[in-house]
Amino acid sequence: MVEIWELIREPVFIVLKIVAIVAPLMLAVAYLTYAERKIIGYMQVRIGPNRVGPRGWLQPIADAIKLLMKEIIVPSSSNRFLFLIAPMLSLAPALAAWAVMPFTDTLVLANIDASLLYILALTSMGVYGVIIAGWATNSKYAFLGAMRSAAQIVSYEIAMGFALVGVLIAGGSLNLREIVLAQQGSLLHWFWLPLFPLFIIYFISSVAETNRAPFDVAEGESEIVAGFHVEYSGMAFAVFFLAEYANMILLATLAALMFLGGWLSPFEGTWIESWFTWVPGVFWLLAKTSLFLFFYLWLRATFPRYRYDQIMRLGWKVFIPITIVWLVVEGAAVMADIGPWFD
Amino acid sequence: MDRFGNFLKSLSLSEMRKGLGVTGRYLFKRKITVQYPEEKTPQSNRFRGLHALRRYPNGEERCIACKLCEAVCPALAITIEAEERADGTRRTTRYDIDLFKCIYCGFCEESCPVDSIVETRNFEYSFENRGENVMTKQMLLEIGDKYEEQIAKDRMQDAAYR
Repeated sequence: MVEIWELIREPVFIVLKIVAIVAPLMLAVAYLTYAERKIIGYMQVRIGPNRVGPRGWLQPIADAIKLLMKEIIVPSSSNRFLFLIAPMLSLAPALAAWAVMPFTDTLVLANIDASLLYILALTSMGVYGVIIAGWATNSKYAFLGAMRSAAQIVSYEIAMGFALVGVLIAGGSLNLREIVLAQQGSLLHWFWLPLFPLFIIYFISSVAETNRAPFDVAEGESEIVAGFHVEYSGMAFAVFFLAEYANMILLATLAALMFLGGWLSPFEGTWIESWFTWVPGVFWLLAKTSLFLFFYLWLRATFPRYRYDQIMRLGWKVFIPITIVWLVVEGAAVMADIGPWFD
Repeated sequence: MDRFGNFLKSLSLSEMRKGLGVTGRYLFKRKITVQYPEEKTPQSNRFRGLHALRRYPNGEERCIACKLCEAVCPALAITIEAEERADGTRRTTRYDIDLFKCIYCGFCEESCPVDSIVETRNFEYSFENRGENVMTKQMLLEIGDKYEEQIAKDRMQDAAYR
């Protein structure tokens, strides 16, 4: 008996840890959709959902139940296997990337050496789900959406990668935990200040990467209906939806870790620092993530959709040159041992 | 120099920030949503909703089957059949309005010489079965009886302009 327990102990604990990360994440996705509808509603002088439960709190639950009950329709001329596996292919990397996410100094499921590289690799995988979905549907609109989405994700990945290279140089490590620890000191020690252009570019690229407005040509309701997921319904659609929002949260958390000092208190190094020592680090991380997520929604409520060629221009002719220029500047700063960041 | 200025301007995202400022301000504005079933927007006394046929105070129906409404109806929603009654007056035997055809223009009401066909303020009605969209004379008269007070009041308010 004891031997069996010894044998399954490790897997059981791993599964429990995964549940401890994925369950709150799913809940966060559900309430992110609620927040999105509320905030965009407020910005449009409406009040958003407020009928299901007190102040509409149960709306995402009702949505989830509705999607669960709906029929999954598979188009007759589609490739059935690929059609059904595509949503999973896009959700799996979005969830798997969370394995290496450090929530506090000690709270991390897998503290691997090159965690940032791992995340980059996994988030790039998401595009397969999109492009397979578009192809398997066997519909021209879905395929157009998939092509656009793939081209966009691949283009912006480069600018994003370059922005991350800046963080690597400044942090001196590929490990997310060490990158955060390298920002210790004060609010001004965080990498947003020395890497400001990269910070902005990283954030805008992450909006493009998740196909969110104003970079949502992949969905483009007014021209290609819903892009790659036109023919998806019920739970298959919900999985795509989950993947999009899980990716948003993932990239927002990454931005918080790499540019806003992750779980570090914003009052570090100031005279009121001691007032906030009782606040757990995870709270700061969540607060910073929420800030970025709020920006995602704010952008969506504000800007009209980019034209496809404008997106490509912005990615290739603006972002990539700026990142390269700033990498040179940063290299010079490192050589000159400037400031509190590069010494 | 101008080109360089534009370059700096677009690089600083100033227009974007202006846009974000607008939506940011609106986030805290007072919301104008009307919570429909509980709250309702004010209605004009000229509101054109569900139709009704009126009666005179002595209970006699007003409609004299002149068929002006049927003639003026741009959507051909009204069907009227008439015959002579025993007392020599002309009355309708059939007065149907197809609410699917009706466009609620109010021409029937305007054309009516005896203020018989009117449009009430009621807009909250629905059909559950096929065929219920055709309002018969009996139904229209019942609606008229039900809302007569409101109908008369609205017509009185508008009398000076009719």
